[in-house]
Amino acid sequence: MEIGPIWRAMWQSKGGYLLIGLQIAVTMAIMVNAFAIMQERASKMGRPSGIDEANTFALASVAFKPDLDYQSLIREDLEMLRNTPGVINAVVTNSFPLRQGGWSEGLHREPGVGKSVSSSAIYFVDEHGLETFGMNLVDGENFTPAQVAWDSDSDDFWPATVIITQALAEDLFPDHEGSYVGNTFWFNDDNPANIVGVVERLQAPWPTWTGVERSMLVPLIRENEFSRYVIRTEPGRRDELMPQIEEMLSASNKERIIRSVETAADARKLAYLGDSSMISILTFVIGLLTAITGLGIVGLASFSVARRKRQIGIRRALGATKTAIVRYFMIENFIVSSIGIVTGAILAVALNIFMVQAFALTPLAWYVIPIAMVILWTVGQVAVAGPARRASNISPAIATRSS
Amino acid sequence: MFRYYLKLGTLSIRANPILSALMVAAIAIGIGACMTIMTVRHVMSGNPIEHKNDQLYHVQVDNWNPDDPYEDPDGAPVQVTYLDAKALFDAGRAFRQTTSFKTSRVIQPEGADARPFQEESRATTADFFTMFDVPFLYGSGWDRSADETLEQVIVLSRELNEKLFGGENSVGRTLMINDETFRVTGVVDTWNPVPKYYDVNNNPFEDPAQLFLPFSVAIAGNYDNSGNTSCWKPIPDGTGREGFLASECIWIQMWVELQNESAKQDYMTFLNAYVEEQKLIGRFPRPLNNHLRNPDEWMRYNEVVDDDVDVLLGLAVLFLVVCLLNTIGLLLAKAMRSAKNTSLRRALGASKAELFKQHVIEAGMIGVAGGLFGIVMTWFGLRGIENLYADYDFIQHLVRMDWSMVMLAVALAVVSALGAALYPTWRTCNITPASYLRLQ
Repeated sequence: MEIGPIWRAMWQSKGGYLLIGLQIAVTMAIMVNAFAIMQERASKMGRPSGIDEANTFALASVAFKPDLDYQSLIREDLEMLRNTPGVINAVVTNSFPLRQGGWSEGLHREPGVGKSVSSSAIYFVDEHGLETFGMNLVDGENFTPAQVAWDSDSDDFWPATVIITQALAEDLFPDHEGSYVGNTFWFNDDNPANIVGVVERLQAPWPTWTGVERSMLVPLIRENEFSRYVIRTEPGRRDELMPQIEEMLSASNKERIIRSVETAADARKLAYLGDSSMISILTFVIGLLTAITGLGIVGLASFSVARRKRQIGIRRALGATKTAIVRYFMIENFIVSSIGIVTGAILAVALNIFMVQAFALTPLAWYVIPIAMVILWTVGQVAVAGPARRASNISPAIATRSS
Repeated sequence: MFRYYLKLGTLSIRANPILSALMVAAIAIGIGACMTIMTVRHVMSGNPIEHKNDQLYHVQVDNWNPDDPYEDPDGAPVQVTYLDAKALFDAGRAFRQTTSFKTSRVIQPEGADARPFQEESRATTADFFTMFDVPFLYGSGWDRSADETLEQVIVLSRELNEKLFGGENSVGRTLMINDETFRVTGVVDTWNPVPKYYDVNNNPFEDPAQLFLPFSVAIAGNYDNSGNTSCWKPIPDGTGREGFLASECIWIQMWVELQNESAKQDYMTFLNAYVEEQKLIGRFPRPLNNHLRNPDEWMRYNEVVDDDVDVLLGLAVLFLVVCLLNTIGLLLAKAMRSAKNTSLRRALGASKAELFKQHVIEAGMIGVAGGLFGIVMTWFGLRGIENLYADYDFIQHLVRMDWSMVMLAVALAVVSALGAALYPTWRTCNITPASYLRLQ
């Protein structure tokens, strides 16, 4: 191989090669970090919420006449909803996963107002909550109807039984082995909660929260001017039932309005809008960046060929094959790319360390670096191929002309 | 000479059309990426009440859990309790003061077929409108006396007035809200502060309230807070709404207007004395931790600008660096190619300074072209962002380019191009004419 002479020739006009190497290095740094961010966001978006998202929708009932009997309104609504053909089950609750608004509580292992040991999202439901959300109960049992309480004012009433997620159980009792059912924790200074069941998964309403897997079901119905109903339909019937049910509830009582009709899928889209957009933007940026760097290589290589026309002609006249000329430019590009890529890998890691500290991103996975390396090597070789072929077509006769 | 160099530059650009286009495109794309993100950041980090930044202060007092700060390590709560809102408001020690919270109301329009609908509302006090310079289309806010006498008055947004009264002057007209009658005292003109600085706790990037009504009326009527409520101390069982109002739960935004530095100091002294006094009756178990933050400080404290925007800005700047390295490389190649020409000019007597001018002018032309196309790219970039976030109603307010951003784009492009031209130009000026002239 003619690496030696190529290297010495490059050294003669190192400025230009240095620039393209630097450009490849910065491209590499951006590409690696963009990949790392995209991967982080994609894995965040891939987490299941724990509910039957495809067949679930929610709506809110807002009463505006004073002195309405909220309890009978909620009872009537629930009965109507549960008896609608195509509805698997329905529940009145304060929120649902991915909704980005809800209720959270600090939890204690002992009674008293101390520093809380854990925190959890709260979903107020009745005994139909488990089936409506479509959760997987891994231990213990569902609430009995008798355990469900009604709460008419905003005091701090807490039922004594709860169903919690596996993640919350592990966070609350890290040293505990065996079943969590029967364990007790405290909401406030004097409100004990006894665990009657454990579900595999149910996300909190806030996907950005670090404790997103910690949530619990509390058997309580709050009698309030505002009630949110979550409705689970048979597969495929959601879109047909949504307007029907909205109309049915609107017509059943004129002293309230029905609003915030949204599917769990819409909620997911909105909750992860920032992440999905970030992925789109970064994909676009990487594409554009690769194109610019590729075009830059094409431009520089073309110049280099044009400038060395005579030299190439002489080589051809002295017996160099076309392949040898192509190989020359390919190797030259490979050397520049390699220097750029290795420098870029170092830059990428440095940038990642900085971003992890400044923006609390997750550190990049090692394999992102070789992937980016292969991409950039390929781009370089493809970009230089055209000018190299043109160089190989230079006629040896050019050597006989002066200048 | 300048015009002659412009002509030379044009000729040179025409002689290498593909290369020149590539350079202009690289600068344009780099500038476009940078300016798109910078524009969004510029809007998000703006301060719509800049002119009163040294007079308005958000009030923070630390009533939180002695064992567990509101925010580690010693952050004070970002809202206040009803107890403190009422006590501080009633004390009236500031030039102006307002307490407010977010609430949802159901409006019942007149007419048999008109359907009631819900609107985001703000329960607040008379001073809100003067403190925040809210512009009025008709009428004005309510009098301070209305706050005291629990008068059922409202201020409508321009949009809501359009919907309810067809846009005419509705001052004095009445409206049914949650089965109670309210009288309109004013209609706000178009007012959409970005960020919504008066309440950054409940989403700084959303439309402002459509309806304003007295805080005292909302409290008496038990209106629900539709913003955030945070509690640390349990409310005694069975105490209901009374218990909630007397609790340590925070849910109210309080702002004061203080006309100068000494008024601010006086108010701080007053706040400290208030907390000390409350400590005597067993409240405020934490160390004294009161804050008066102006709108700038308040928005920064609450990190109104999303981290993602900063990450993207960083990447966009690096992107511009790549585009510039690209341009430097191409300019250098071009300079080397025209080395003969340059040598000839040198041999015929052009000084290094003249050559420098000639090449910088040529680079400047490429920079200006890149900047102009960069503005076009920015426009496309912003439309792209708008499309991506189409499900987010407020996005249209974040993707607006103003003149300062346009000027910045051009300046950035010219500076970038000139910066990129320095090294190639320097190399050109240092060519030894003899080495290139020999063959001729």
